Amino acid sequence: MKRVILLMAVLLMAVGAYAQTTVEFWHAMTGHNGEMVQVIADKFNASQKDYKVVPVYKGSYVDTMNAGIAAFRAGNPPAIIQVYEVGTATMMAAKNAIKPVYQLMAENNMKWDPNMYIPTIKSYYSTSDGRMLSMPFNSSTAVMYYNKDAFRKAGLDPEKPPVTWPEFFEVAKKLKASGMEGGFTTNWISWIQLENFSAWHNLPFGTRSNGFDGLDTQLVFNSPIHVRHFQNMYDLSKTGVFIYGGRENKANPLFTSGRVGLHFESIGGYGNMKANCKFEFGVARLPYYPDVPGAPQNSIIGGASLWVFNGRPQAEYKGVAEFFNFISQPEIQSLWHKETGYLPITNAAYELTKSEGYYKTNPGLEVAIKQLLNKAPTANSMGIRFGNFQIIREIEDQVWEDILAGKISVKDGLDKMVRDGNKTLREFEKLYK
Amino acid sequence: MSKQYEFKAPILPYILVLPQMVIVFIFFFWPAAQAILQSFYLQDPFGGRMIFVGFQNYSRLLADPDYWQSFTVSTAFAVCITVGAMTISLFLAIQANKKIRFASFYKTMLIWPYAVSTLVAGAIWLFMFNPNVGVIAYMLKHTFHVDWQYLLNFNQAFLLLTLAATWKQLAYNFVFFLAGLQSVPATLIEAAEIDGASPSTRFWKIIFPMLSPTTFYLLVMNLVYGFFETFPIIHQITQGAPGKSTGILVYKVWRDGVINLDLGSSAAQSVILMIMVILLTVFQFRFIERRVTY
Repeated sequence: MKRVILLMAVLLMAVGAYAQTTVEFWHAMTGHNGEMVQVIADKFNASQKDYKVVPVYKGSYVDTMNAGIAAFRAGNPPAIIQVYEVGTATMMAAKNAIKPVYQLMAENNMKWDPNMYIPTIKSYYSTSDGRMLSMPFNSSTAVMYYNKDAFRKAGLDPEKPPVTWPEFFEVAKKLKASGMEGGFTTNWISWIQLENFSAWHNLPFGTRSNGFDGLDTQLVFNSPIHVRHFQNMYDLSKTGVFIYGGRENKANPLFTSGRVGLHFESIGGYGNMKANCKFEFGVARLPYYPDVPGAPQNSIIGGASLWVFNGRPQAEYKGVAEFFNFISQPEIQSLWHKETGYLPITNAAYELTKSEGYYKTNPGLEVAIKQLLNKAPTANSMGIRFGNFQIIREIEDQVWEDILAGKISVKDGLDKMVRDGNKTLREFEKLYK
Repeated sequence: MSKQYEFKAPILPYILVLPQMVIVFIFFFWPAAQAILQSFYLQDPFGGRMIFVGFQNYSRLLADPDYWQSFTVSTAFAVCITVGAMTISLFLAIQANKKIRFASFYKTMLIWPYAVSTLVAGAIWLFMFNPNVGVIAYMLKHTFHVDWQYLLNFNQAFLLLTLAATWKQLAYNFVFFLAGLQSVPATLIEAAEIDGASPSTRFWKIIFPMLSPTTFYLLVMNLVYGFFETFPIIHQITQGAPGKSTGILVYKVWRDGVINLDLGSSAAQSVILMIMVILLTVFQFRFIERRVTY
């Protein structure tokens, strides 16, 4: 009997000595990107013995966020959850639910310098006074894709993509005239043609530094320049130069099947383009209106970041902090960048990738980074932060379709987007005041 | 009808219905009560803040022209599907009920679509008709020169959704109509034939009235289907586009609640839907059921 007890005691000690703290990490990455999340977690787990990060795939961004909300309400949230950029304000406002990253790092006495991150990426997930709230993870930005073969066929120089919007529209018309079904299309009307368009022209999308400075923010993207841009697109839709392809990223097939020669999409879609385009394509910066002072400024990011939930045992937070530090290392970021097409989140990772000569064979990815780094971000180009932003994007999608269908004029349409969007902002403000 | 079996032990029947009651309570009464409660609050998704707003969620909906538009389009959608699916499937059932060669082959083929889930049905129609990738969309454009762009054209979107949803429902109706037709006594029809009734008289005076219980049952089922079960088709094909014109009521409940995280409004909408279903059911039992010849 004594022997048994002794044996048990020894076993317990052994378990105690090797007890790892498990850190759950809920994410929404599928396919190869999902595999890379696992690879990075495995690397972290192999690098030390105290913590084990366990990535769990929870479905789409929306599914993952809802799963996190449900788990938090049930009192058992994961330590880390990946939330898409649209949910940023919702997560931020839920002060009781989250532990800000700057606080996490300070509590665990980590040596950690938030200035290692690329400014536009850092600012998107920080308070306006620079305290980082969530950990940047998969970041992308909007770029222009163009069909080089179609350029050649239309007698255009494939190495000289249009730089300004007036040039762009002329090229689009020529592409259509050369026998293509249309000239251009775009994905993500809100993210690319309103949010990034505003930042790129150093115009406010909303007041109060695009919502960074307070909940009492108003949308203002119905300025004459915005109206002019949408009027241009609408006019070209009448002549079939612009073809509407649907919401989110549904316009992709129009470009990959060679029906239009110019397209706007996330740099995160680079791999998809490579896999599906049967022609040579190029990546270029977003066009701008040359008469707008300050343009081009810098583009803003999309994608997702990692949030830390409150309510986990203290030991786990140390592990989360270690993990965040680990994934910020240049080698890990560079690997993630090259494997997934998402942007490196630190300057060091960008320099490392550059020194390896990676951009010589993949120039498109560098276009996106340079566009982000074009100038130091201003209050108009740090990012956007609005509550109920999913609803606002939906309003923009809906009204854009009504504009194209001729149900409402361009000016009235943009005014309506702003008016209805502001209504939902007031709801959000009322809830969190 | 009035003969009833009486249990001797008074507790046994309660025990027998208990499992069912537990299920109904957990999956209906409890969530319904939650929905009613939530519909009076404005709350953040994490449950940190709840602000009592009384009937504001309801008044906002009822004052919103978009909500009424959604109501109108839902009704039109359900009615079109019901009329279309019932007429076509009745016609098909009559044809399949005739003594023809390969009758059982046709029957099998006609029942087959029922095995397809609504979500998959939506995907099939999407891939045929999507203006960017659809095969039939391509034909419509290039062979028939139709300006096919249902993402911006409400009439086209509505037509496509109705066709897809109707097609999905045909098989279900077909089975019931066929069974109904087969239970019409052959002697009645023969007698009418001998009396010199024409085929159309035989149909309208004998077969159709005999089918009325089936027809009535299907009427209710089809309306319910059109209102509530076509969600996957909308979700796959239009997602409410163009604008929000094809966002039917159930789709809106889901979008506002799950994607937009506007829990108060979503709860209020689901309470309104619940009231609609209750009214439909009351109507069914009180008024229509009495007039149907069984």
